[in-house]
Amino acid sequence: MAYIELKGITKRFDTVYANDGIDLEIHKGEIHALLGENGSGKTTLMNILYGRYRSDGGSILVGGVRRVFKDPADSIKAGIGMIHQHPDLVDTLSVEQNIAAGMGGGVVLARKSIRARIEEIAAQYELAVDPTRKIYQLSVGEKQTVEILKTFYRGVDVLILDEPTSVLAPPEARALFENLVKIKARGCAIVLITHKMHEVFEVSDRVSVLRKGRMVYTAPTAETTREILTEKMVGHALAEQVSAHHAVAADAERILRVQGLSVMGPFGQPALTDVNLEVARGEIHGIAGVAGSGQKELCDAIAGMCKVHEGEIYYHDKDITRLPIARRRAQGIRIGYIPEDRMDAGLVGEMKISGNVMLRRADYAARVFYSEKAARAYGKEILDAYKVDAVGPQQPVKNLSGGNIQKVLLGREIGEDPDLLITAYPVRGLDIGATDFIFQLLRKKREEGMSIVMVGEDLDVLLEQCDRISVMYHGRIVATFDADPANKGSIGACMAGAGGAA
Amino acid sequence: MMNDIGLFLQTAIIMGTPMLYATLGEILAERSGSLNLGVEGMMMTGALAGFLVGTTTNSPLLAVLCAGLVGAMGSMIFAVLTVSLKANQLVAGFVLTIFLSGLANLIGSGYGNSTLPKTFTSKISAIHIPGLSEIPLLGPAIFEQSILVYLGILTAVVLWLYMNKTRFGLSLRVVGENPSFADNAGIPVTLYKYVHIGAGGFLAGVGGSCLTLLIVPRWMESITAGMGWISIALVIFALWSPARAVFGAYFFGALRGLVFKLQSAPITISGKAFYIPAQILDLLPYLMTILVLVLITLGKRKENRPPLWLCRPYFREDR
Amino acid sequence: MISIQKRSAVSLRQKLPKQAVAILAALVVGALVILLFGHNPLAVYKEILSGALGSRYSRAQTIETLVPLLIMALGVTICYKIKFISIGTEGQLYIGAMFATYIALHLKGLPGPILLPLMLLASVLGGGLWCLLPAFLKVKFDTNETLVTLMLNYVAIKFITYLQYGPWKDPNVIGYPVIPQFTKNAILPDVLGIHAGWIIALALLVLTTVMLYRTKLGYKITVLGENPATARYAGFGTMKLTLLATFLGGGLCGIAGFIQASAIENSLTASISGNLGFTAIVVAWMGRLKPLPIAGFGLFVAVLIQGCAYLQISMGISHFMANVIQAIILFFILGSDFFINYRIAFRRAGEVTA
Repeated sequence: MAYIELKGITKRFDTVYANDGIDLEIHKGEIHALLGENGSGKTTLMNILYGRYRSDGGSILVGGVRRVFKDPADSIKAGIGMIHQHPDLVDTLSVEQNIAAGMGGGVVLARKSIRARIEEIAAQYELAVDPTRKIYQLSVGEKQTVEILKTFYRGVDVLILDEPTSVLAPPEARALFENLVKIKARGCAIVLITHKMHEVFEVSDRVSVLRKGRMVYTAPTAETTREILTEKMVGHALAEQVSAHHAVAADAERILRVQGLSVMGPFGQPALTDVNLEVARGEIHGIAGVAGSGQKELCDAIAGMCKVHEGEIYYHDKDITRLPIARRRAQGIRIGYIPEDRMDAGLVGEMKISGNVMLRRADYAARVFYSEKAARAYGKEILDAYKVDAVGPQQPVKNLSGGNIQKVLLGREIGEDPDLLITAYPVRGLDIGATDFIFQLLRKKREEGMSIVMVGEDLDVLLEQCDRISVMYHGRIVATFDADPANKGSIGACMAGAGGAA
Repeated sequence: MMNDIGLFLQTAIIMGTPMLYATLGEILAERSGSLNLGVEGMMMTGALAGFLVGTTTNSPLLAVLCAGLVGAMGSMIFAVLTVSLKANQLVAGFVLTIFLSGLANLIGSGYGNSTLPKTFTSKISAIHIPGLSEIPLLGPAIFEQSILVYLGILTAVVLWLYMNKTRFGLSLRVVGENPSFADNAGIPVTLYKYVHIGAGGFLAGVGGSCLTLLIVPRWMESITAGMGWISIALVIFALWSPARAVFGAYFFGALRGLVFKLQSAPITISGKAFYIPAQILDLLPYLMTILVLVLITLGKRKENRPPLWLCRPYFREDR
Repeated sequence: MISIQKRSAVSLRQKLPKQAVAILAALVVGALVILLFGHNPLAVYKEILSGALGSRYSRAQTIETLVPLLIMALGVTICYKIKFISIGTEGQLYIGAMFATYIALHLKGLPGPILLPLMLLASVLGGGLWCLLPAFLKVKFDTNETLVTLMLNYVAIKFITYLQYGPWKDPNVIGYPVIPQFTKNAILPDVLGIHAGWIIALALLVLTTVMLYRTKLGYKITVLGENPATARYAGFGTMKLTLLATFLGGGLCGIAGFIQASAIENSLTASISGNLGFTAIVVAWMGRLKPLPIAGFGLFVAVLIQGCAYLQISMGISHFMANVIQAIILFFILGSDFFINYRIAFRRAGEVTA
């Protein structure tokens, strides 16, 4: 019998249905993969089970008894634990304080017994972290370990993990999966939220697929195939794509040259160490690596967004290492940037499309006055050229879908006619249609001679799209490969920290 | 001379006591992420309520308790607006001060000439500990004080233990630093905010009552005269720690005492008269607080900074 | 069980009825309080209206309250637009007034048409610098500007008191120390029966609106406020922009100080603001940082303040009652925002509605 039953769960955010009448059964002693594209409602559904969101309809049964979780405290009491995708801890407190926070027990905090218990659990699951350290001194991976420890500390019957491997290197991810199997053996139910197919087959017993807020498929993992799951996930079958990488000639013209680049993180820890990178004209240069390996800092440094500690960045043969962004345009530097989080450093969500497209032109297109009329005309131009689905340039960017937002951003950056475009996760969270559109666009721009740096998380996608791939690990570029599927194994090994020669 | 200084220290501590209570209260509120600018108003209602209950019941205990309760009731307006209705904390706090000080002055206008019963005053005035209070310099300051003074120190100690040694205190810090984390950890964020805003109001009310019961001791219009605002400064000065609040409050109390002294006579040091304008001393607490604020942001220790979610509304379903 | 959702867009038609209900509810609660103090609520409300709008004189008084309120609300709005949460309006007003007073007292030989603009410029400089200090601390050290500006209010007020008791004390006045009265050429003249501050306020309303919505500076300010990282990427020089915006914001509050000192008090005292600085912050938030709603809401509050002040004269009701009524109305409007911005649905626990 199912331990957890979700029946007809419905949740809307303002006017959008994130979950629409979802049924799901979770059994003890199984790992249940919840598969779906970004935005399909997986996380929302689990947040409802965890009591973080209140559903607008439907019911939850635990052990056959109907339960109402008003907040996470209720669900924790019912033995449900959830590990969120991005570690969310209190920076100024220590590991043990973070783990003990919110726990019942005596009034007085018994530090010694808390620490002893943490160490016991850590040993049991082979997780290592110093309980006295402050969170702001930890790496992302260590923070996730703290999250996992915190959940085990409470004791759980149902463990929900939201894309846990996105911040882990492959060996760390494997270790995590081994642990999940051990936990499962103790009778725990595990829900693994993921959009990575291989994880489903690697570890899960059953799999459910969500698409656009609806449950479209559930089956034992052994009885299904990649093809079925893909089709359920995206709504139609995918054509097999072949790599079409161009070999980059040794004497090709270098648009970008990064030499010995070091960048410090917010607490003075090295974020980039001695990074070397060369990008040729008309090349799509992929950057592979586990999230948080320094990709963001590298992109930011090239775009002029962060302070460089050591080393040089050459654009053509001009040293732009310390050239402020404001002065770059006047000096003929044409670098475009599609940052990792488009709403963080790229677009202004509250602003209209028109205001957003003017962002990089405001300074030379106007002396004193800002013309909304000109902005709208230019906005219209981009909407038409990139087939953006929007009411018009007067629509605020935040009301667009992810794909359309990305198109606006690309339109603006390409509109400045760059010969080097830095893109970080350019299709993250986008549907298939928008993804295809963007990849086609980038390939077309490459044919026209534009150089593109593309940070990606999915190695298969990078192999498909890029000409060469550099691998980052712990703030370094450890190797550069031709984007040949034959190199996949070596690239994967480098991502996990095996330093290889190019 | 020695005697003078002893008396001065005694006065400093008495003057610092209302601020100590209010500061401790505001520390609790701010630790939960709520910057309640209604302290001045809550102190004033507490001052009036304490006085009225004191004159009618002749019971210091009831007077102080009611003062606290009235302060807590006032703070609930702030809590409903900012926690449940997600209103801007600064605006809600300002309006709360306008409301409560208006209300206190309105109700209190008829009681300007009332006085506390003699028996009441004797119950609450300084406890004289024979022997110890005759120690020169520190004797009167430490061993000859009202029960309200000792209670203030006790409150600080209890709150320090609460915040640093209990799981509730840990949860409180978590709520102020990262409510989303607190929520995930099963800490009832809304409840914590309400309780600590309420406790903050209670202590502000008690602080106000020290004025009408002990220091002045009668009701006058706008009796708090900016003490609530200084208390908000003190919270920063004390770096959100109850232990440091004690010293901060007495130090600011000493400055205020000095202001009164200087209005009558200049300081003489070895026969030379130094004229320090009282108004300059009056603005010192604020200047020093700014200095402390700058220093803590210069420092590497993140622990000393304002609670991360101070002044930010929390809505669980924000993504 | 209650489920609450944030609305992404709110139309005027959704908003107005709810605000009307809030004000109505406030008036009812206010009426109860008035009753409790033994007055007739209807009579009191009628007096408030006639006290604020009933005669030419009272209307002029209301406008004179609105002038500093509006100017300061516009000033903090510029600061808030870049997410510089200043509550230092009072202090900026006083330092602005102080700078203007310095000019008025030291250059009193100049004719009005030269002296007054000089005073105005000085007040901008004073208020602007007083706001620049916390802004500098913020961009340089990331010091919390809300707390610093709060402290600076009191520093300013105490400093004015010091000037009044010490260096700027009028030697010709015996007894209570005061700062000398301005000469006639340092006092803003009346235009159409109201001091010329209203022209300044109107001009600033137009200028601020144009600046925010029609100039490159306003565009940059909006981008910086909504998303500092994006502003940095666009190469806007975020630090300079922050300092410029805060200087302008503080400068506007300084102008309010100049007007209060010159036209209302004809001198400088430590009470020229009448707490309007704090009220201006309330007005700016309630007007959602948009100039026209701010002007509208400012007028509403000015009517309330002026009408309530009149209660004391006409009905002998303490001016503290005015504070109480104002506060009740503000509480309700503040609370009503929640019902405007969130959608609230009630349903029984566990009920299936889908």
